[in-house]
Amino acid sequence: MSFIEVKQISKTFRVAKKKSGLKEAFKSFLKREYLDIKAVDDISFSIEKGEIVGYIGPNGAGKSTTIKILSGILNPDSGECKIAGMTPWKERVKYVKKIGVVFGQKSQLWWDIPAEDTFDLLRDIYEIPEEEYLSTKNDLIEKLNLKDIINIPVRQLSLGQRMRCEIAASLLHSPEILFLDEPTIGLDAVSKQLVRDFIKKLNKEKQTTIILTTHDMSDITTLAKRIILIGKGKVLYDGSLKKLKNMYETETYISIKTKDSLNIKKKGIISKKKNKEGYDLVINTKLISISELLTVLSHRISIEDIEILEEPIDKMIVRLYEDYQI
Amino acid sequence: MKAYYTYFKLKFITGLQYRSAAWAGISTQFFFGFVYIMVYIAFYESGGKNIPMTLSETITYLWLNQALLALVNQFTRDEELFKMVREGTISYELARPKNLYFMWFFKVLGQKLAAVTLRFFPLIIVTSLLPEPYGLGLPVSFIGFIVFLLSLTIGSLLVTALTVLYPIVTLATMSEKGIVNLMITIADILSGIVVPIPFFPLFLQKISSVLPFQYISDLPFRIYVGNIQINSCILPIIIQFIWLILLIVIGNLLMKKNLKRVVVQGG
Repeated sequence: MSFIEVKQISKTFRVAKKKSGLKEAFKSFLKREYLDIKAVDDISFSIEKGEIVGYIGPNGAGKSTTIKILSGILNPDSGECKIAGMTPWKERVKYVKKIGVVFGQKSQLWWDIPAEDTFDLLRDIYEIPEEEYLSTKNDLIEKLNLKDIINIPVRQLSLGQRMRCEIAASLLHSPEILFLDEPTIGLDAVSKQLVRDFIKKLNKEKQTTIILTTHDMSDITTLAKRIILIGKGKVLYDGSLKKLKNMYETETYISIKTKDSLNIKKKGIISKKKNKEGYDLVINTKLISISELLTVLSHRISIEDIEILEEPIDKMIVRLYEDYQI
Repeated sequence: MKAYYTYFKLKFITGLQYRSAAWAGISTQFFFGFVYIMVYIAFYESGGKNIPMTLSETITYLWLNQALLALVNQFTRDEELFKMVREGTISYELARPKNLYFMWFFKVLGQKLAAVTLRFFPLIIVTSLLPEPYGLGLPVSFIGFIVFLLSLTIGSLLVTALTVLYPIVTLATMSEKGIVNLMITIADILSGIVVPIPFFPLFLQKISSVLPFQYISDLPFRIYVGNIQINSCILPIIIQFIWLILLIVIGNLLMKKNLKRVVVQGG
């Protein structure tokens, strides 16, 4: 049995249906219509200890709902889930001692007081022995570079500074599993990099199992070997990022600098555009390999410079969402 | 237990930061205190019959009410808890290995005690220096004062248990506007902070005697002024205590029930 075992979990939310307009507003005052939305629909997967899993999908796909079910916050309508031998929503108080959560869009730090005071509160909540607490705290302060910001009231911190404190707050009790729900949302490049490096190190050093949701694909490429893609509440893909890339990343951009004019029609060349210095080509690497194309090209024109670009992963994800119609 | 104490302490310390709010509160309370007193003096002078309390009892009651208002009222709500429910920060609270009800209970208690600590002393000092009959009188007796303190302590816990109920109900309604605000208004009136309970019409007195609200502050204040005799206050204090236990149990059960179907907003 795996460390995290999720079996056929479903959760439906009931939403009041309201049309716009005054007349409809009066109507709904007398009679409410409801709409059942399946946020999570029959989801199953398992995760081993020490894995980093990227949980991706478009907005409203059910990512956060899954995280909330797995962290014991929400009760699912049906399905089973065993994490470290416990059912999260049934043994909530015992279970949550083993996990840490970071919700990128929410804050767990007390607004009016320095982060360190919240840390002390968490020490008492999790009943962490003083010695252990101090060593974990100092370790986190060093790794997340918190020394100068930990004594400033949280309301005066920048988003990046606050997020680093949030992550530290979630790790004070050395959890075995860490749920990160959009931890890099709104952060600048430097802060993002710092957070990513830290997560990577944490996973390596402490074997912390990490489940990460994000819309930033570079989070996934730097952190997760495995991704679970969900859409409309269902699991659409579960496997390595590499395999998904092979399946999808078939478009390559080639820009050629040349003075000659190029007349080429070949299977696999999707588009050809002339620019000031040469041509931009988009090719399908499944139909024509780059070396093949280069051989053909070098016979016809003299190439001054060439640049090859892989399809950006974000674009691949867009195509992926389109293909799955989510 | 230590965690709950830390919650209380943090909330108390943060609450003490709001000094300008406290000064505003103090001046409002002086103002309202004087207005009330003028109204009651006019009322007494017009020679109404069967007035249930003497003028000096009433005035002392009113000043106690103003001095302790931050503690005994239910309308200054803990905005943080409602916001937590509205915006979904409750996720974090639920990810803690502690009983959420008591985390909230001690937060509310800490906030209430901080607010009253800032407002209490200036009001007590100034009003006890006022000339007769405008000032705050002394307690009826030394024993009366001790019983008053006991009853006020239970009353503070009782009002905390009630104040915590409102965000718990909001877990189901998703917004505190509407039913929850209506509940709070009715509860405040029935607790006697607008008009002391003895001035209520008889049928309303009967209704309110079986409800928890008048046991928050009306009972301790009337013990202080001597409107309720020491030897006849044992039963009401027992009722007060029973209500406290009952409300804590109800709060816990309701929390459990509402959390099962809670919809965490946003994100």
